Amino acid sequence: MRRPAARQDRGRGRQPPLCPDTAGFRLPLRAPVSSGRGGDRARVRAFGLRTRLLLAFLLVAAVSAGTTAALTYREARNSLLETAQDTAVTSFRDHVQQTGFGLPVQKEGLEDVLRDIARKGKPHPWVVFAEYGSIRASSGENPVSTVITPELRRAARANPHGSFERVVKDGVPYLTIAMPTVFKTGPDSLLPSGLVLYAVMRMTDEQVNVDALLMAGRDGALPGLAVSLIPGLIAARSVLRPVRKLREAAHNMGNGRLDTRIPVRGSDELADLARTFNESAGQLERSVRELREAEERARRFASDVSHELRTPLAGMLAVTEVLDEDADGLDADTARAVRLVSAETGKLAVLVEDLMEISRFDARAAELNADEVDVAEAIRKTLGNRHWTDDRIRTELPDGIRARLDPRRFDVVIANLVGNALRHGGAPVTVRLRAEERSPGPPVLVTDVVDNGPGIRPEALPHIFDRFYKADAARTRSAGSGLGLAITLENVKLHGGTIHAGNRPGGGAVFAVEIPLHVEGTGG
Amino acid sequence: MPRVLLIEDDPSVREGVELGLRRRGHEVRAAATGEAGLAAMAEFRPDLLLLDLMLPGMNGVQVCRQVRDHSQLPIIMLTARGDDFDVVIGLEAGADDYIVKPARPEVIEARIRAVLRRLDDSPGRPAIVVHGELTVDRVGLTVSKAGRPLALAPSELKLLLHLSAAPEQVFSRQQLLEHVWGHSFHADARLVDACVARLRGKIEDEVGSPRYVQTLRGFGYRFGPL
Repeated sequence: MRRPAARQDRGRGRQPPLCPDTAGFRLPLRAPVSSGRGGDRARVRAFGLRTRLLLAFLLVAAVSAGTTAALTYREARNSLLETAQDTAVTSFRDHVQQTGFGLPVQKEGLEDVLRDIARKGKPHPWVVFAEYGSIRASSGENPVSTVITPELRRAARANPHGSFERVVKDGVPYLTIAMPTVFKTGPDSLLPSGLVLYAVMRMTDEQVNVDALLMAGRDGALPGLAVSLIPGLIAARSVLRPVRKLREAAHNMGNGRLDTRIPVRGSDELADLARTFNESAGQLERSVRELREAEERARRFASDVSHELRTPLAGMLAVTEVLDEDADGLDADTARAVRLVSAETGKLAVLVEDLMEISRFDARAAELNADEVDVAEAIRKTLGNRHWTDDRIRTELPDGIRARLDPRRFDVVIANLVGNALRHGGAPVTVRLRAEERSPGPPVLVTDVVDNGPGIRPEALPHIFDRFYKADAARTRSAGSGLGLAITLENVKLHGGTIHAGNRPGGGAVFAVEIPLHVEGTGG
Repeated sequence: MPRVLLIEDDPSVREGVELGLRRRGHEVRAAATGEAGLAAMAEFRPDLLLLDLMLPGMNGVQVCRQVRDHSQLPIIMLTARGDDFDVVIGLEAGADDYIVKPARPEVIEARIRAVLRRLDDSPGRPAIVVHGELTVDRVGLTVSKAGRPLALAPSELKLLLHLSAAPEQVFSRQQLLEHVWGHSFHADARLVDACVARLRGKIEDEVGSPRYVQTLRGFGYRFGPL
């Protein structure tokens, strides 16, 4: 019998590991959660693409090396152990069969026989025990072995061909063999005699060999793992470099450098990505260029039209006074027509002037010619020059506030706001000036223009600074060009300031202009 | 009434301005090109030149320079381009003021009068004052430096007279615009800067470190202290 029927491997910690311990490489499913973008950033940093690629490489290398080592180990160990135990079982069976046992068994003679068998132990010396009824004999000092398990005893009674078991006791591996003696009652039938012989053999040498195998497997796998880091790093690098380039390129595109392109290398998926990026960037650049050109054309058109209108207007405006003066001497209809032409020419001139100003702002050709001025004085001059000195205008202008302003542009701002308030709001109009400290930031110059009209309708408020926006739909042709507030806004922005429109609780519109105060020292 | 020479290539503007000014009592001679205008000058002997900047052939800036080379004739530029660049170029060429088209005749006339107005000098002031090497004749309206007479354009002369009448007093650009140019509205302050630059080029020893017309950054200009 090559193979004993019962075969138990009870060695503890001897099972070949099927999978190397991967606890050190286990990826946490959830990173430590922290709130906000910083937390996400930290997670991306901790398990960036490079780390993940390296870990994947290590995992694959570990699994393959571990599996190979484990399979080799298991096969080698099994063949090593099987050779040793087969030899021992066969040899023990032969010795038992060759030895004649007289029945009934006597303890005295039995010990000699056992010692005789023990001397012939193969491949290692063994200790032989005999059990027959209540008789216990052994070739060694103790009559009963502590290594033989009850399972083996049961197996010995069930199987006349003998059983064996590997047992580890106190760290020492043993092979225990049970061999019942039998009577041969026929060619195929056996009858147990009741005498069972046990052999206990230390398997220390085999254990050393198996340990050596385990060491060899581990020593082979670990350098493999270490070496696999190098291709891992190279692969990570080859993937990450294009990715990093892509990120930089996307960043540049975001910053307005639309001519950004990525060098395309090779023909892999990353090269495809780079190519797609370049194509998209090219299309974006084309679209933006077309849009800009269209915008530029539109702007230049407005500017050119305004310029072209000026020359004929110059001629017309030069003679409107003549028309006005002579209208008195004409018949009524002709006089009306002449006065109408004269008035409309004047409006057209204002409109063209405002259009020119707007197109200068659009082309960023408007310059700020700042000068340090006494703001109250400047506002008084603006009001005085336009003869807004009657009781329709109230002022709260504290003296001594000096600011760096473009006097001409500030004059336009105040004149437009006051003119607007008188035209669309209601008298009296209050112009209020004050300097306000702002923490954080520099102090600001606040100019309020408040009227006593019905106020601005809420739906008109967001559009009040739009070009040609008429808050009052019925008054589609008011005295203004419809550009006054848009020009005011641009002038305030040129000063680095802001303008807000709103309504007072009691009715009436408020326009608040805030301009940063940049008062220079008195030194030259 | 002053005699005005108008150089303007656009016929409707030329006729319109000519008509408007003539109705206000000016004697006007109009020319369509710079060359024709320069030719008419000797014979017409105008008190003031109204000059369009954009002219076919010889442009307004060239005409302006040529006139300034031998005469202190007051020049006002009439420009359709109120853009900063054109204004500065014209002012540097020696124009005394500029008017952006379209403009009503009353505006043009006001500017003409402002340029032609003699500075009212307070009585009792000595007619001839000497400041360093500069000799200013406030009655004869001449300025000489170290005995050599200087050819100053009307705006330059008026600026120098105004500043030197109150030595060491600081005038803001806005004040100078009002007193020298007669601009009651907030006008372009670079009119002052350009005129100061031209004046310095004529009276200062070193333009880089001016001695007579000094700048007070953030405030304006003053004459002296020497």
